[in-house]
Amino acid sequence: MSTANCYHCGDPCNRKTVRFDDKAFCCHGCKTVYEIFKDNGLQGYYELETAAGSTPVVIANKFDFLENQDVIDKLLDFNEGGIQVVQFHIPQMHCSSCIWVLENLNRLHTSIKGSQVNFPKRKVRITFESEKLELKELAVLLARIGYEPGIVLADYSKSKKKVERSLIYKLGVAGFSFGNVMLLSFPEYLDLYTNGTGVHEFWLDQYKTFFRWLMFAFSLPVVFYASQDYFRAALKGIRSRLLNIDVPIALGILTLFLRSTIDILFDLGSGFFDSLTGLVFFLLVGRFFQQKTYAHLSFERDYKSYFPIGVTRIREDGKEENIEIYKIKQGDRLLVRNQEIIPVDGILNTGNAQIDYSFVTGESAVVPKFSGDKLFAGGKQLGGVIALEALKSVSQSYLTQLWGNAAFSKKKEMESQTVTDTIGKRFTLAVLTLATVATAFWLWYEPSKALNVFTAVLIIACPCAIALAAPFTLGNLLRIFGRNGFYLKDTHTIERLAKIATVVFDKTGTLTSNTGNTVFYEGMELSEAEASLLKNTLRASNHPLSRELYGILDDHQIMTLDDFTEHTGKGIQGSLDGHSIKLGSATFTGALKDGCTETSVHIRTDETYRGRFVFKSAYRTGLVSLFNQLKANFSLVILSGDTDGERTKLEKMFPFKLPMLFNQKPEHKLDFVQQLQQKQKVMMVGDGLNDAGALAQSDVGVAVSENINVFSPACDAILDAKRFVQLSDFLKLAKKGMTIIKLSFLLSLCYNVIGLYFALSGQLQPVIAAILMPLSSISIVVFTTLATGFLGRKLQRKMEV
Amino acid sequence: MSVIYVLLTISVCVALVFFAAFVFSVRKGQYDDSYTPSVRMLFEDELVEPTAKDNNQNKTQTD
Repeated sequence: MSTANCYHCGDPCNRKTVRFDDKAFCCHGCKTVYEIFKDNGLQGYYELETAAGSTPVVIANKFDFLENQDVIDKLLDFNEGGIQVVQFHIPQMHCSSCIWVLENLNRLHTSIKGSQVNFPKRKVRITFESEKLELKELAVLLARIGYEPGIVLADYSKSKKKVERSLIYKLGVAGFSFGNVMLLSFPEYLDLYTNGTGVHEFWLDQYKTFFRWLMFAFSLPVVFYASQDYFRAALKGIRSRLLNIDVPIALGILTLFLRSTIDILFDLGSGFFDSLTGLVFFLLVGRFFQQKTYAHLSFERDYKSYFPIGVTRIREDGKEENIEIYKIKQGDRLLVRNQEIIPVDGILNTGNAQIDYSFVTGESAVVPKFSGDKLFAGGKQLGGVIALEALKSVSQSYLTQLWGNAAFSKKKEMESQTVTDTIGKRFTLAVLTLATVATAFWLWYEPSKALNVFTAVLIIACPCAIALAAPFTLGNLLRIFGRNGFYLKDTHTIERLAKIATVVFDKTGTLTSNTGNTVFYEGMELSEAEASLLKNTLRASNHPLSRELYGILDDHQIMTLDDFTEHTGKGIQGSLDGHSIKLGSATFTGALKDGCTETSVHIRTDETYRGRFVFKSAYRTGLVSLFNQLKANFSLVILSGDTDGERTKLEKMFPFKLPMLFNQKPEHKLDFVQQLQQKQKVMMVGDGLNDAGALAQSDVGVAVSENINVFSPACDAILDAKRFVQLSDFLKLAKKGMTIIKLSFLLSLCYNVIGLYFALSGQLQPVIAAILMPLSSISIVVFTTLATGFLGRKLQRKMEV
Repeated sequence: MSVIYVLLTISVCVALVFFAAFVFSVRKGQYDDSYTPSVRMLFEDELVEPTAKDNNQNKTQTD
């Protein structure tokens, strides 16, 4: 039976297997969700995907802040006539079953009128009747079926921003005009006006001007609307004395348009309207392709993404009220419950505080605090309810002040010039020189053709293919990285990735894994009966440490305990056949003060202290080989917020020169990265909020995350912890990507040389431009797609081996 | 031969209708989420009417 997997969530049912309806469940939570679904005719959930569910975590009073009218007003998208619309972010959403059940919420509650899921964003938009169903009840309902909405401070402060769709519009306009202009220039291509014999086909010739002016009309929206961004970027580049790739593009578009208009105005030719619209269309397709983003991942997180919106304040008359987090004033008495985050720095008044500061320090050990102790914002309370007195407001607290650092406000994209721009600068200079020289030659040789040649050079040299090479290569690489569990914020990150010289690693949570702890026992050996009692006591407890320990210990017969009590924040106590056992913190079991910082569970049987289980975080498998691969090309540094207790172990693991710094506070990490950056490009690999400053400061900040949808600080890239050991391959791939781009530049230069031959010799026909331009663009796209596809397959094969 | 004006007008009008349809669909947000609808269209028949009998017969056991 221990091998059975939960019908709802798929986890192995090794503890208390709950049998219901001939199906096994790992806990009552999962069973309840199944029951709810079954009662409402939603069993289809399990037919779409097996074991799709997530275990519900219901914490009483967690959503109490949703009773506050101010909070409700800010969260609702629409509220009128008893109908309310709200959009929730559901981090647990992961498969088609989730979509299905969330879109059938109306089966669970009659007041829910409808719900619509946006899966890429992990959002659900729910319309409901506010008279019968309050927002808080809705949130609780979702939490009960395992889809707890993540309502954080960031949702609250955002202004309702408009969705950016202008690129799609522009693409549509350009495509529409391109197609129509192509159709209208057909007679010109086939030389129908002259019938190929030089004799004018009378009736077609008659409408020639009409056709041409129609093409002119179609090109207007392309020039003045669709290619706006290129003109703007070119202007910006010139103003800051920077010749970026947009300058020759804008110049090309402008020349194409003016030359074509003059051509048809004075009946000199048909103009290049087909090339013009095609050029803009292809460029926009490239831009659209590059724009791929991971909507469900957030790269811009700060403390606002972790803090709740509301908090419970104890009024002077002793009554509780829910207030917004921004309204906390110095001296307020606040209530923080189990699993809640402390929003402000404060002093503990009452209650048993067990604070997990892993957000702030990266240290996973739980710190006990006593009345009168100072608590810092960002800590998570584990255990019972505590009351604290606020010392500062939210924005002035220690943790939140870190975000005031300049590292968080600068934009990395603006700093480094992209490879396209570097090439573009030389390219523009070359084109302008060539155009001038050619014009000078023709002015001397045959002045009537000089202007013709000048414009022809600018038109044919328009670096459409060059401008497409980077977006397509990088866009493809972004997808390849994404498929392999490495999610980059944008394509600029790949370019910066290829320049990295130093890699800085955080230790806890980055080099070590949060899940696979190694546990060892120190102390007096336990007898068979005691071991059995220990195992059975652990079985009854739901504390994470108990569950982990339970999974590790040898199997013993399952017995029913005579007595079991759980002391929240202290430990557990069980007894059987006259023997009792106490498990938990040092003070609870009466252990001597040992001063050790490791997470440990102490044991006391009857009246004697026996020993303790120590939890040590294990280093990720494959770490040594990763470092050995990396050290050949990069200098490596370890930067840890922990004590240097692990130094000797690390030195043994990596017997080469590897600087290690311990006891680093968040701001120290930031400063260290900043210093390194004066000499070279730095990549920071970290995981917690304590690395947030260093991640923001570094050239590429990579957040390692066990669950990519749930937690990660602000960064440029999110790396799935399972793929951590592949980091070296990813860095290599980024470098190879840059080689592909450079090869594409060479290829497109070949086309330019051919085109320039026609242009310089003064025989550029519109039809040649119309063939050459799409041909070069398409061959670049094909080349980059094939090359990156090849690299992607190679990477995939390497991962499978 | 002025029929060519008529024909061209019609062809441009048809093209404009499609263009308008495109703009309309973008504005309606049809391009915001290109994944969920592809899954949604496969749902339909999974809803089962709950029967009262089923619920009473099942008993929860813990072992």
